[in-house]
Amino acid sequence: MSDLAMLEKTILEQIAAAPDEAALEAVRVATLGKKGSISALLATLGKMSPDERKTQGAAINLAKDKVTEALTARRDILKSAALDARLASETIDVTLPLRDAAAETGRIHPLSQVWEELTTIFADMGFSVAEGPDIETDDYNFTKLNFPEGHPAREMHDTFFFNPKDDGSRMLLRTHTSPVQVRTMLSQKPPIRVICPGRTYRIDSDATHTPQFHQVEGLVIDKESHLGHLKWILHEFCKAFFEVDHINMRFRPSFFPFTEPSLEVDIQCRRDKGEIRFGEGEDWLEILGCGMVHPNVLRACGIDPDVYQGFAWGMGIDRIAMLKYGMSDLRQLFDSDVRWLSHYGFKPLDVPTLAGGLST
Amino acid sequence: MKFTLSWLKEHLETDEPLDKLADKLTMIGLEVESIEDKAKALAPFSIARVISAEQHPNADRLRVCMVDTGDGGAPVQVVCGAPNARAGLISVFSPPGTYIPGKNITLGVGTIRGVESRGMLCSAAELQISEDHDGIMELPADAPVGKGYAEWASLGDPLIEINLTPNRQDCTGVHGIARDLFAADMGKFIDHAIKPIKGEFPCPVQVKVEDTALCPGFALRLVRGVKNGPSPEWLQKRLTSIGLRPINALVDITNFMTFDRARPLHVFDAKKVKGHLTVRRARDGESLLALDGRTYNLDPSICVIADEHGVESLAGIMGGETSGCDENTTDVLIESALWNEINIAQTGRKLGINSDARYRFERGVDPAFMVPGLEMATQLVLEMCGGTPSENIVVGNRFGEDRLIDFPTSEVKRLAGLEVPVVEMKRILARLGFMVAGSGHVVKVAVPSWRTDVHGKADIVEEVVRIFGVDKVPETPFPRGEDPRRSVLTPMQLRTRRAKRALATRGMVEAVTWSFISKPAAELFGGGQPELVVANPIAADLSDMRPSLLPGLIAAAQGNINRGSSDVALFEVGQIFRGDKPEDQLTAASGVRHGYASNKGLGRHWSGTAAADALDAKADAFAVLAAAGAPMQALQIVSGGAKWLHPGRSGTIQIGPQNVLGYFGELHPRTLEALGADGPLMAFEVILDRIPAGKQRATRAKPVLELSAFQPVSRDFAFIVDRKVKAGDLVRAAQGVDKKVITDVTVFDLYEGKGIDPDKKSLAIAVTIQPREKTMTDQEIDAVGARIVAEVTRKTGGTLRG
Repeated sequence: MSDLAMLEKTILEQIAAAPDEAALEAVRVATLGKKGSISALLATLGKMSPDERKTQGAAINLAKDKVTEALTARRDILKSAALDARLASETIDVTLPLRDAAAETGRIHPLSQVWEELTTIFADMGFSVAEGPDIETDDYNFTKLNFPEGHPAREMHDTFFFNPKDDGSRMLLRTHTSPVQVRTMLSQKPPIRVICPGRTYRIDSDATHTPQFHQVEGLVIDKESHLGHLKWILHEFCKAFFEVDHINMRFRPSFFPFTEPSLEVDIQCRRDKGEIRFGEGEDWLEILGCGMVHPNVLRACGIDPDVYQGFAWGMGIDRIAMLKYGMSDLRQLFDSDVRWLSHYGFKPLDVPTLAGGLST
Repeated sequence: MKFTLSWLKEHLETDEPLDKLADKLTMIGLEVESIEDKAKALAPFSIARVISAEQHPNADRLRVCMVDTGDGGAPVQVVCGAPNARAGLISVFSPPGTYIPGKNITLGVGTIRGVESRGMLCSAAELQISEDHDGIMELPADAPVGKGYAEWASLGDPLIEINLTPNRQDCTGVHGIARDLFAADMGKFIDHAIKPIKGEFPCPVQVKVEDTALCPGFALRLVRGVKNGPSPEWLQKRLTSIGLRPINALVDITNFMTFDRARPLHVFDAKKVKGHLTVRRARDGESLLALDGRTYNLDPSICVIADEHGVESLAGIMGGETSGCDENTTDVLIESALWNEINIAQTGRKLGINSDARYRFERGVDPAFMVPGLEMATQLVLEMCGGTPSENIVVGNRFGEDRLIDFPTSEVKRLAGLEVPVVEMKRILARLGFMVAGSGHVVKVAVPSWRTDVHGKADIVEEVVRIFGVDKVPETPFPRGEDPRRSVLTPMQLRTRRAKRALATRGMVEAVTWSFISKPAAELFGGGQPELVVANPIAADLSDMRPSLLPGLIAAAQGNINRGSSDVALFEVGQIFRGDKPEDQLTAASGVRHGYASNKGLGRHWSGTAAADALDAKADAFAVLAAAGAPMQALQIVSGGAKWLHPGRSGTIQIGPQNVLGYFGELHPRTLEALGADGPLMAFEVILDRIPAGKQRATRAKPVLELSAFQPVSRDFAFIVDRKVKAGDLVRAAQGVDKKVITDVTVFDLYEGKGIDPDKKSLAIAVTIQPREKTMTDQEIDAVGARIVAEVTRKTGGTLRG
C-alpha cells in the first residue's frame, strides 16, 4: 500500500470514529485545513515534474474527494444524531390541564339571551324595539290605559309607589310595560309596530312571583290589523321561540282594562319529569294576554279609534324563559348564584340568530 | 266564583255533559279553574253521633268522646280537642286509615296523652269544604247517623270554580252564568219573572241617605212575625256545597241571594234596631263589632248604616253583631241597596274584609235588580219563616242609566277579522239580554242593566266574538311590509348587548340583581334621594332605587363567597336611577372580581395564578367601552375614583372633566365594611349613556386602507422615574414628539426594587417609528430617539437608564 493509500485509510477511519461534530471538525482541519495532511500533499505537487504531477495529482485529488465526501456523510449522521439527542431531552407533559377559555366560562344571563331571541323573531316580522323608564306617572301607567279610578291595581296593594310630591301627584314603578306603548303612541304616528321589553314591578313574592320581573309587550296600530293577524303573529312567535314545528294554542276571551275584546292565550303542553313538551299533552298553560287596543286608550293617546285600530299583547319574559329552558324557580333568576348561572346561562358566542337557529 | 252543577241546572235546562259545559264556559270567557268531585275524596267520612264527651284525664283541652258511628258496632273512643265536642252532637267521623285532605295526613290509631283514639271527629276545614275550623262540624239533629257525609250533604254534586274576570259582576251569581251558557247554545235559560209582594202595612222604619254618591239606592222592608230557625235542607245543602256554613234561615236567604242572583242583601233583627236608619259616613271614634266577631275602628271614609244606637252595619261589606238575626228574631228588616264601588273597595281594603258582599258591590251590582231582589228575598222569607210583610221603602231615583249604542255591524269584521252573519249577531245579543233595533248597517243596541261593563262598540264586538267563538277567528298572515330591513335596535340597545357579550367573553358571569337596594347601600353610592325612596317597599332592605349596580353585585359576590365560590367575576348591565325623571334613568355596565378571578383566568393554575387587581377592573371597563363604541383614543384616565373606591388604587375614565364615563379600582375598605363584604374586591362602573354617539357614515364601506411602503422601526428606551410618575404621562410624552411618525408606544417593562432607588422605578417603552415618505436614515431615527428622551425627561423628570 502506498503512503497515500495509508493516509486515506487512516483519515477515513478517523472520520468514522469521530464521536461528535467537534471531533469531526478536528479531523477536517487536520486533513483539509491549511496545514492539513492532504493539503500538505497537494502543496508538494508544485515541485513535481509534469508527469509525476499528473499521476500524483489525480491520486491526491481523488483521496481529497473521498475524504470530503466521508466528512459530509459523517457530519450529516452526527448532526442528525445530535438533533435526536437534543429532542429526546426536550419533553413536556402534554397532559397538564388547560385553563378554560374565558369565552367558555363567561355567561350571558338567560333573561338577556331570551331578550335577544324574541327581539330577533319580532325584528324579522318588522317590529322595532321601544323602551321607557321604570319610574312612571300614574297617568301613563294607569289612566291613559283605561284603568278606572279606584281600580285595585292602582292601590298600594299591587303597585310600588314613591312618596307624594308637593302637588299631591306621585310616581310609581311601572306595573307593566304598557306605558311604553302610551309613550310610543303619543310620539309616533301610525302605522306603529313595536315591541316593548322591560323590567316591571309588583308587590308580590313567592315561587312564581318576584317583586321585579320582565315583560315584553307588542303593539300594532294601523288601519286594518285585527284579531286574526294577532292570532297569526302570536302563533308564529310561539313556534319560532319554542323552536317547535307545531304548537297548539287556545285563545279564550278574558278581560283587561286596556283591550277590548281581550283574550288570554294558553299553549298545550305535557309535563314530563320537570320538562315541558309543547305541541302535545293535556295541559293548557297560560302564557300571555292580548286584545284589540281599547278605544279609550287610543283616544287618550290622541289616535282616532274610528280611523285607526290595532292590537297589543304582553307576556312575561321570565316566564317564557323558564318554560323554554326548564328553569323551575323564578327567584333563582335574581339570586346571582354562579352555579345556577353557569348551568342555565349562555356562552357569549352563542348569539341567537334566525339563520343559525335561536339556541342551537 | 263557585257553584255546583245541580245549582246551575236550576237556571239552565240542559242535557250537555259536564265537560262540554266546562269547555264552553272557558271558551266564552268564564274560565273554569277547577272541577271538584267531593264524593270521591270524602267517601270514608260518615255521619256519627257523640254519645258522651268526658274530660280527658291528662289534658285540660281534650275530651274523650264515645261515638256512635251507626255501623251497628260498639261505640268508638275518640280523643277530640274541639271545644264544641259534646254529648248528643251529630258530626262527621273518619276511621283510622282515612286521608284527611285539610291536614294532608292519613289517620292512624293513636294514643293521645295516654288515651287511645280510634278515629277523628272532623271540622269542615279538615274536609276542605270550608275555611271553618272553629270546631268539629255540627249537623242537624236529624242527619242520618252512619250514612256517608258527602252523599248526605250532596257533595256528589260536582263543584265548578270559575276564575271570574273583574268586569263580569253579573256572573257572580249562578243565574248570570246560566244566561251566558244559554247564549252559547248550551241549553234553555230558566228566567222566571219575580212577582212583587204586596205590603200589608207601611214600613215603620224610615231611611235617610245622607250621601247619595255613596249610596245611590236603598230599599227596605219589614217582615213581622217570622219564625227563624234552620233553613230547609235544600238551602243548607246549596250553601254547604260551595263551602258556606248555614246559620239560620234569614241569614241563609241573604247568602243564597248573593250566590244565586249576585245580589247581596242584609237582614237586621228589627227589635234590635232603635229608631230610624241613616246611611252616612262613620264618625271618628266609632267602631263596630261585625258579624265575623271582630271589632273594626271606623272613620269618615267609611259608609255605614246607623240607628239611634250608632253604627249597625258596614254598608255593603258586613253587618253588625248586635243587630244580627238569630233564632229569637221575630221581626226582620231586609235591606237591598246600591253602594259606590270605589268606596266599597277602599273600605274593604282598609278594614281587611273580604266578604262575598264586598266582592260583588266593588264590581258593581245590577242596579235594576235592587227592588226585585228585595221582592225575591221577601218571598223566600215568607216561605221559610212566615210573617207579614210591610210595604217597601225605596230611596233613590233612577237605578241604572239607559245605555244605547249605535253599532255598525261591520265592526265585528273590522276589529275581529271574523265574518258573523248579522242575524247571528242579533241572536247572540238578544240571548245575552241586549235589545237590538234596526235593520240597516248601523243598529241600535240597548245594554241590559246587569252588564255594567258594556259601554261602546268594541264591547259589543267582544260579546259577539266570545259567544260566536274566538277559535273561529281565522289566523291571518301579517306581512312584514315594505319597510327596509334596518337595525331595529337603538344605539343604546346595541351598546347594552355588546357590553354584555364583551364582558362574558372575559370570563365574567352575568347577574341580574334587584332594582331596589337598602337605603345605607344607596347612600354609599350617591343615592338615597327622597324621590327615589319606595313608599311601600316589599322589605326594609329593598327600599331605595339603586344609584349603581355595584351594591347589588357586591352582595351577589358575597353570596357566592358564602356558598364557597370565592373566585368570582360577576357583571351586570342594567338600569340605574339618579332621579325620578325619565332622563335620570341611565344604563350602567358594572362588574366585580374577587379572589383568583383575574384576567389570567379563574382559580389557581399551574400556568400562573393571580388575584384580581384594580387593573383587571380597568381592563373590564375598557372592554365595555371598546365594545360599546367609545372613542378609545379620546379617553383620559385620572388617578382616583369615586368615594366608594380605594383612593390610591382607583381611576376615573373621562373625556374631559365634564364627561365622566366611569370608574374602576379596588373598593374602599369602608365601603366593603358597610356592605358586610369580604375584600379585596375589584369593581368598575361604566355609564353607557355617557359614551358620545359615533358619527353616522353615509356608506358601510370602510375608509381606504393606506399601507406604507416603508418598514417600521422599533426602538426601546428605559427610563428611571419617580414612583409617582404615571406611565400614561410618560407614554403621552413620547407619543407627542412626532404624532405623524410615532405610531405606537407600549410599556413593555416596569421594574421597582433591587438596583434602583426605593422611590424610583424603571419604565421601559417600545416606540414604533413609521417612516412616511422615504426610508429613514439611522441619523434621522436617532434624532427622533433623542427627541423622545428629551421630551420624556422634560415632562417626567426621568433619566435614560444606562
